[in-house]
Amino acid sequence: MGGQEAGPVQRTEHEYAEWERRVDALVMLMRGHGLTVDESRKNIEALPPAAYDAMGYYERWIASLSQTLLQRGILTSDEIGRKMEQVRARAAKP
Amino acid sequence: MKPQYETRHSPSLPPRFDVGSRVRVRKAYPPGHIRTPFYIRGKVGEVERYCGQFPNPEELAYARDGLPAQPLYRVRFHQRDLWPGYQGPATDVLEVEIYQHWLEEA
Repeated sequence: MGGQEAGPVQRTEHEYAEWERRVDALVMLMRGHGLTVDESRKNIEALPPAAYDAMGYYERWIASLSQTLLQRGILTSDEIGRKMEQVRARAAKP
Repeated sequence: MKPQYETRHSPSLPPRFDVGSRVRVRKAYPPGHIRTPFYIRGKVGEVERYCGQFPNPEELAYARDGLPAQPLYRVRFHQRDLWPGYQGPATDVLEVEIYQHWLEEA
């Protein structure tokens, strides 16, 4: 891949989790507002190599989208951080 | 020269290379969002087809319009020219789509 050694391609299908569907929907909505695949890729490829390898496909997508929203001034770090805390607290409730 | 894919972006730059011409990929390492793979930079290939004109992804990546649209070519390289000690048949090729501003006459 990209001239570097890579393992065999794993051809497996899997069901998408609800959060993965939501990430896909968010990105597609942003595409309708001028987000290009190139801007998404730029922010995926900007991930540190270890983070890139450790993340799943849609984890990379949401990391990229978060960067894009910050860079374009649509959301602030504080807004994203507070929302993440809210979601984490909601998920922790039994 | 007739584009095989219909593209309409204005303004766009005129194509400089004909199908069959030999081109060298610029050996450059600029910062930014570059779609030209490292392993073909500085290598010589042959224009296999002209793909049409497309907004420059190096600019689209930074939320700019990418205009004027850049001519895009599919360039054919011999695998033996790309990989040191390549053991496969001499007929093995690799085709990469490259924007015109990355190409010069070889």
